[in-house]
Amino acid sequence: MSDNETTNGPSRRAFLRGAAAAGAGALSVGAAKAQTPDPLITELQPWAQGFGDGVDTTPYGLPIEYEGDVIRRNVEWLTADTISSINFTPIHALEGTITPQGCAFERHHSGAIDLKKEDYRLMINGLVDTPLVFSYGDLERFPRENHVYFCECAANTGMEWAGAQLNGAQFTHGMIHNMEYTGVPLRTLLEEAGLNAAGDLKDKWVFVEGADASSNGRSIPMEKALDDVLVAFKANGEALRKEHGYPVRLVVPGWEGNMWVKWIRRIEVMDGPVESREETSKYTDTLANGISRKWTWAMDAKSVVTSPSPQAPITHGTGPLVITGLAWSGRGAITRVDVSKDGGMSWETARLAKPGEKMALTRFYLDTEWDGSEMMLQSRAMDETGYIQPTKTQLREVRGLNSIYHNNCIQTWLVRANGEAENVEVS
Amino acid sequence: MSKFLKFSGLLVAASLTFPAVSAQADTFGLGRPALPEEIAAWDLDVSPDGTGLPVGSGDALDGEEIFANKCAACHGDFAEGIGNWPKLAGGADTLDRDDPLKTVGSYWPHLSTAYDYIKRSMPYGDAGTLTDDEVYAIVAYILYSNDLIEDDFVLSDKTFFEVEMPNADGFIFDDRATTEYAQWSGEPCMENCKTDVKVTMRATVLDVTPQEEDASEVIEEASEVLASDVPVEVPVEAAFDADLAAEGEKVFRKCKACHQIGDGAKNRVGPLLTGIMGAPAGAVEGFKYSKPLMAAAEGGLIWTEEEMAAFLANPKGYMKGTKMSFAGLKKEDEQKAIIEYLKSFGE
Repeated sequence: MSDNETTNGPSRRAFLRGAAAAGAGALSVGAAKAQTPDPLITELQPWAQGFGDGVDTTPYGLPIEYEGDVIRRNVEWLTADTISSINFTPIHALEGTITPQGCAFERHHSGAIDLKKEDYRLMINGLVDTPLVFSYGDLERFPRENHVYFCECAANTGMEWAGAQLNGAQFTHGMIHNMEYTGVPLRTLLEEAGLNAAGDLKDKWVFVEGADASSNGRSIPMEKALDDVLVAFKANGEALRKEHGYPVRLVVPGWEGNMWVKWIRRIEVMDGPVESREETSKYTDTLANGISRKWTWAMDAKSVVTSPSPQAPITHGTGPLVITGLAWSGRGAITRVDVSKDGGMSWETARLAKPGEKMALTRFYLDTEWDGSEMMLQSRAMDETGYIQPTKTQLREVRGLNSIYHNNCIQTWLVRANGEAENVEVS
Repeated sequence: MSKFLKFSGLLVAASLTFPAVSAQADTFGLGRPALPEEIAAWDLDVSPDGTGLPVGSGDALDGEEIFANKCAACHGDFAEGIGNWPKLAGGADTLDRDDPLKTVGSYWPHLSTAYDYIKRSMPYGDAGTLTDDEVYAIVAYILYSNDLIEDDFVLSDKTFFEVEMPNADGFIFDDRATTEYAQWSGEPCMENCKTDVKVTMRATVLDVTPQEEDASEVIEEASEVLASDVPVEVPVEAAFDADLAAEGEKVFRKCKACHQIGDGAKNRVGPLLTGIMGAPAGAVEGFKYSKPLMAAAEGGLIWTEEEMAAFLANPKGYMKGTKMSFAGLKKEDEQKAIIEYLKSFGE
């Protein structure tokens, strides 16, 4: 118990308030040895005596008010305004792998638009036999599929290239969400328009653009377009949210989120890439010698410990501790995740909640005993290609410091004896 | 195209399976043929080889004026960028330095990208409204700002490829397969992987992580600022019309690129507008106003509905030298709607 008391110090940081309050309160006390009878048990509580809410109180429910801190957050200094900006999924406070739509990160280039199903049109044109226009209703009449995929912004962890910058897993790794999509394979729609006119498909592309003012056009090689790209209209069993492209978005499994065009309105079969702004001036990776990589579409294997982490400190003192996090790879399934408590000197293999699925988040756990000493927590993902998540040093050796995108380095959280955690970089 | 062929060769060499499409795939008979007019309305993309470039022309002199009216609010009079908004000019020879400055001139490999993007997606908040000649003129002005053309060069679909983009050869295809994947694989180290670990950097030192603050506190602060600035003789305004304000919210999209309003609003390219109606001009704390506006403020200018409408109708005509490079709201009903919207963020 004395250990418990000394490690339960409330956090000074305001955003920890929720977690710290919970830790300092009744939740952590009394776990081992109760000195006096717990009134929550011995006394009749109002919720056990009277009524709760009737049905229909909230026809569509939101999380209970006590979970009010599990929300998307923005880093204001990153962008000029919130219309063309990004916010972050509270991954530090979520469990399992499916991201609830209501707190899944948003990235807009011209704001989240209001587009009704009845006003929705999808055009397929270019090198097709018959250019077509589909209504939303048309899309629902094609055979559809369900798949769980992660969507990660290429800039996730991009602020950390030059050094540890943002103090929280939400901010360092929160440009990601993972949903179960329902939609029609893009291949089906392309075949409906007919691809004979395109001739040899090997050197063909599709250009995809959205209905919003930014249009966010991207070019996708035909090989990927015919492989697993989905024209999706549902996520996690319900309609897409406005901020994620209602009524229809593109899902490009394993590839950078910028290609997952929202409010998709046009797909053009072309004989070359458009080289749009989003695939030349942005989403290209400048190396130390000033030369830039382009067409770096796949998101490499990556992982992060989500708890404990700066926004999710240890509040229960020594003893049993669940270390947990997320791992993913845009090139296949996660096969293994290792966790280090000593900054990468030694590693233990974590338990996967279930076998990794291709291009979807995998939850890992290290069920351990904490003796209250300082830890430098890291996680290291491996995928089915045999790829091992690199350290930041390894990445910098190849790419330098100016790449912005595709930073999939191993993350370190320094967990102090009082349970608080901090984003650090280690030698 | 030769670059592309090399790339597709790579794909094949990497033995990625190419999914076969059957020659006579079954179709569902869904959808309807797209009409030529519909394709023409939406198919605006321009490729590096010039496919999609419309007939038209413009030069930097024309472009300068259009740019000043429609682009400079965010990108600056000289395309140098204001605040966090993109810089479009400068940055030559910086790509291999610590903080490369990536602009149309220093970074963009294809000029077609500038035309394509500006035509479809700019101006921010008013996309798709530029004529083809205006786009040529704006692109010419951006090129001129980057010292890539002379001021008498007329950019057109005919002269487009006379312009050389300095970083045209600055890109390589994704080479992670050869430079990274081979070395970051195999059996990872599990024990004694390093002899020593030291913390070399901490995020808390930088202290750039957003801190939670109560929205109510922000509002209080904002209203304190305004309260202390508002003179006693606040003009009495007409009754508030919520429907009109809702209309105004839509019109306000044109202003959002530069102005914030409401809870947590801050000064951006333009001052925050919470409580602006009925307030004295030039009084938002922390905003650097133009000299003419400060002079008008000293002269006792109050943002009454009348004054605001006149300013919105023709900003540069109403106040010569204002920093607000907004073309103006010609329609009276739009002026009224926006004023009603501004009023809804009063005290």
